[in-house]
Amino acid sequence: MSVWLIQHRAALAGVLRHFARTPFASLLTALVIGVALSLPAGLYSLLVNIQGLANHAQGEPLITVVLTATANAEAINDLQAKLRKREDIAEFTFIPRDQALQELNRSAGVGDVTAGLDKNPLPDVITVRPASTDAPAITKLGEELRKLPKVETVLLDEAWVKRLHAMLQLGREGVTLLAVLLGFALVVIIGNTIRLQILSQREEIEVSSLIGATDAFVRRPFLYHGAIQGGAGGAIAWLVVAGAFRLLNDAITRLAALYDLNFQLALPATPDILALLLFATVLGWMGAYLAVGRHLREIFS
Amino acid sequence: MIAFSQVSKRYPGGYEALRDLTFSIEPGEMVCVTGHSGAGKSTLLKLVAAIETPSNGSVVVNGQNIGQIRRSAIPFLRRNIGLIFQDHKLLYNRTAYENVLLPLHIAGFDPAESAKRVRAALDKVGLLDREKSFPVALSGGEQQRLCIARAIVNRPSILLADEPTGNLDANYAHDILEMFKSFNQVGVTIVIATPDPQTARDLNARLLTLDHGKLAS
Repeated sequence: MSVWLIQHRAALAGVLRHFARTPFASLLTALVIGVALSLPAGLYSLLVNIQGLANHAQGEPLITVVLTATANAEAINDLQAKLRKREDIAEFTFIPRDQALQELNRSAGVGDVTAGLDKNPLPDVITVRPASTDAPAITKLGEELRKLPKVETVLLDEAWVKRLHAMLQLGREGVTLLAVLLGFALVVIIGNTIRLQILSQREEIEVSSLIGATDAFVRRPFLYHGAIQGGAGGAIAWLVVAGAFRLLNDAITRLAALYDLNFQLALPATPDILALLLFATVLGWMGAYLAVGRHLREIFS
Repeated sequence: MIAFSQVSKRYPGGYEALRDLTFSIEPGEMVCVTGHSGAGKSTLLKLVAAIETPSNGSVVVNGQNIGQIRRSAIPFLRRNIGLIFQDHKLLYNRTAYENVLLPLHIAGFDPAESAKRVRAALDKVGLLDREKSFPVALSGGEQQRLCIARAIVNRPSILLADEPTGNLDANYAHDILEMFKSFNQVGVTIVIATPDPQTARDLNARLLTLDHGKLAS
């Protein structure tokens, strides 16, 4: 076995022995890291869930084309012929004013009110499903439909989706900022743990250096220590998020049902979990690296 | 092997520990550096081990100029030097075996080879039956012998000992000096810092006497 592997294996074994000797303190540090990381990790997972909901909403955009009261059957047929030729329209449905009134009476229970009217106040409409789900393309299509003959007005329903996406973008940036801040906190927490480790092993470090230990040899166990504690913190953060989602899911399902939605918080996907673990491990390693570098300079100065 | 050329060492604050030292020590030679307290004996050893760098002049050890050596090369130079300290510098949370194993672990020796060498070194200093003992359970003389075992386990070409018998009674001191003789007989260069010139005579070693940082003889 190569010298490099022997020394890495020994350093790793030494760190694991240290964790075994001090399980409570090690677990406490990992818990602090885990709780700190669970906040951005949980918010990120929540945003992913809301993003999925928004994508679903955006997947069915509809344009309602309201026709003028003077549009006769011939004009409506001409208009439908023009719509059929457009490649930016996936499908459309003509809803005559009488059918619209019947549906209104049926769904809203306003039969008594409409029965008292002299004539049907509703216009003929055509609902259009665009071929593209891209917001600018839908807006352009709406503007072109508005210019067609016998079209009174065009109603686009993408505005709320735009607002939702703007809010999601804001949320993503907020989560990124939070992750950076808490990542910094994690580096400080790990750095402080490593500082205490270095102080308790100062004599060993000095003796090792005097008998030929390289900086890498001295630094190695501390880097493993930081990386393992960071990774353990990441795993705890995932457990916290998974537990919280499980606790909240019943209430969220009931709330969604009130809005005719079938929605549940989904746990983070495997790549996201791996990214969280990697992120936490790298931060732990980084915290240890910075702390070791600074304190070794102090010891040997 | 060890060459000092017009070496001075001035510490921050202006204290000059060594002044214009020029001498050389040949491979396999045994040298005792004597002088009063503060004469510069320990500083001289620290220069050889690259723990300090000279303020002026050059110190060459095993062909490497200590004043110009890269920081990353120092550990490899030290692996060829056995250091014996008056205060032992043992790790008290490790057994005698683990203390002696440390230099081999640092150098990346194979575990089986390491075990063989550690037991040989402990046997050489008469501590094989105490390999599982922690240093605190050893007497002063045994701790010093353990420190020697750690210094020789890597089979260094140079042994530096800073007042190795300073805290020991006459019997223990005699044993330690006999060990240095036996190491020297197999070609190890030995430099011992001691305030007692009699030690040099007992060892039949060359004597370098320092007086306020200057070479007196």
